Amino acid sequence: MKHLLGIDDLGAEGIGEVLRLADSFLEVTRRDIPKVPALRGKTVVSMFYEDSTRTRLSFETAAKRLSADTMTFSAGSSSLRKGESLLDTVRTVEAMGIDAIVVRHKSSGVPQRIAGWIDASIINAGDGWHEHPTQALLDAFTLRRHRGDSFAGMKVAIVGDIKHSRVARSNVKALSALGAEVTLVGPPTLMPPDLEGWPVTVSYDLDEVLPAADVLYVLRIQRERQQEALFPSLREYAARYGITTERMARLPSDALVMHPGPTNRGVEIDALVADDPRSVINEQVANGVAVRMAVLYMLLGSGEGRAA
Amino acid sequence: MSAVVVIKGGTVIDASGSRRADVLVEDGLIRAVADHVDAAAGATVLDADGAIVSPGFVDLHTHLREPGGEDAETIETGARAGALGGYTALVAMPNTNPPIDTAAVVEQVLRVGREAPCDVYSSGCITKGRAGEELAPLGELHGLGVRIFTDDGACVADAGLMRRALEYARALPGAVLAQHCEDPQLARGGHMHEGAWSSWLGIPGMPAEAESVVVARDIALAGLTGGRVHFLHLSTAASVDLVRAAKAKGLAVTAEAAPHHFTLTDSLCCGYDPLFKVNPPLRTDGDVKAVKEGLADGTIDAIATDHAPHPAQEKERPFDEAPPGMLGLETALALTLTELVGPGLLDLPRALALLSWQPARLAGLADHGGPIAPGRPAHLTVFDPEAAWEVDPARLASRSRNTPYAGRKLTGRVRHTILAGDPVVRDGQAQR
Repeated sequence: MKHLLGIDDLGAEGIGEVLRLADSFLEVTRRDIPKVPALRGKTVVSMFYEDSTRTRLSFETAAKRLSADTMTFSAGSSSLRKGESLLDTVRTVEAMGIDAIVVRHKSSGVPQRIAGWIDASIINAGDGWHEHPTQALLDAFTLRRHRGDSFAGMKVAIVGDIKHSRVARSNVKALSALGAEVTLVGPPTLMPPDLEGWPVTVSYDLDEVLPAADVLYVLRIQRERQQEALFPSLREYAARYGITTERMARLPSDALVMHPGPTNRGVEIDALVADDPRSVINEQVANGVAVRMAVLYMLLGSGEGRAA
Repeated sequence: MSAVVVIKGGTVIDASGSRRADVLVEDGLIRAVADHVDAAAGATVLDADGAIVSPGFVDLHTHLREPGGEDAETIETGARAGALGGYTALVAMPNTNPPIDTAAVVEQVLRVGREAPCDVYSSGCITKGRAGEELAPLGELHGLGVRIFTDDGACVADAGLMRRALEYARALPGAVLAQHCEDPQLARGGHMHEGAWSSWLGIPGMPAEAESVVVARDIALAGLTGGRVHFLHLSTAASVDLVRAAKAKGLAVTAEAAPHHFTLTDSLCCGYDPLFKVNPPLRTDGDVKAVKEGLADGTIDAIATDHAPHPAQEKERPFDEAPPGMLGLETALALTLTELVGPGLLDLPRALALLSWQPARLAGLADHGGPIAPGRPAHLTVFDPEAAWEVDPARLASRSRNTPYAGRKLTGRVRHTILAGDPVVRDGQAQR
């Protein structure tokens, strides 16, 4: 495998391999010196056309712990703002002799386009509404730490703005590939317009879904959606789909609550819920580095024997 | 130059039918159409053996980009692409910079067009600056020969304004108001057809209804005003049904369809390549089928290219930032033959009606569209309906390269194009 553009590049088998690799890298991150020479001599560039401190830091930390050299372009930085075209920028970066580019872009499909233009490995760190595969992998990894490999039949409810969510698209693909049963929950206006072919069921009624859910995956609500008439007000959204302490009471006691962060406390999730013992939101962040180490290693480390 | 041209060995097809004949052309006019014409010494003989001789094609919908967009196309390069595609007349769309909403810009387009290897006609805007707020000087532009009025690229979204334009234009003989049907609120933010593919790809979509609600509205306005409405680039099954029903009621509406809307579907957006981004967007299999049916049963009156050149760097942007549009002039005939005539949806005379005499009539171009008869202006296309070729973007005459058909194998190719008696394309090569 050369690129990670979306979950379909991995399939169930590839996901399993990433998760197993991430187990060993999680152990590495807990050492006194959390660093291995696996990618020594490799250069990983992060190109973030959209701000995302946590994802960018997570990838850079992962690359450094594998002893790769890292370079960063971010949205605020000069060259990405000077009107240089995407193609020219990536060709310039490639000419410096690099092995992988981690790309975040507000437009769906940009990582796929870049992969067609240059030889380096491309890792999608989130593109538009399309995919955020490493988020889905770290979510699956987090679930696996709690539930082992028993994804089959696991009932996962993904709640919120599915339509605009790359996290939802990647998680639908990853979790269903692993055997989980995914239900999308939210108002019809926040569902993709056509779900033909999606391995999911849909509910507009969160309270109906809660009692049977093994996992409640809560998506971030962007405030500007209200201006697009997708729901009447944040207050009404919170009343119908917000994760309140009352709703937490209806969720099974052994269920897990997840969120890709950063949370809008008081909108999609109550302040107190994040601290509920069933919440694994902080673990998700911690697991991100190990999972991204696994992805980088899988794309760059195996085969050539140049590492270590 | 006293040019005598003899087109030998072809099958002549025009609105009156099909027959084996040679065609003698002299001083820009057809002089004879007969079983056998002897070529006098010094005459140019064009071989039409195994080929069809048709009235030159007429494109109702060409973006020539001049003035203002000369990095994408000029009147000259666009007209050359047109000639190579078998066109002898192009209607230039007005979304230039400045837009064609004043006499000065119409005159500029016509003046530059006089040197071009195609007859170039100018459309004119319906509203000033294509802004959809105030009427453009329709009467003044009509006086310069403009017959097709459109804000193409933008819809005249204000129903009251569209009503007034239709009413006003009734005083302008031959004037047609051509609508780009796209409800701006429904389509807002969309970059491809809204459906299963847009949902999966995470690309904001625009629903088919953004088009069909305006088709329905303007059919109603045609009834209200008695004005002439033409629907540009119909792309949805619902739109085709609405036009079919309106025609059945006897309303004065016409419609065109672009080759990409009877050839390509939204699934091609799966690689996020903006070469497949166009407006109206590529739709579903069902819509493609409906457009084909509309062409076959006469609901749709013309095949129009919506030739929309863009420089390479514009199409290298992310899908949602890239401009919509694709080249069309040099592939329209072959797509018509490959997609419609080959499978038996249309016979050759019907296909040529859609490419030539029906659009000529619609745009009021009396000199174009035949018939191929003595005394008529010699605007002719000679094409080989069986020639197989592969689209190579590098070999297109357009200044731009944004064809969605690179590598596609097509059947049917222009051999010669004769503009006012002058072979501007000879053996597939542009002569000027």
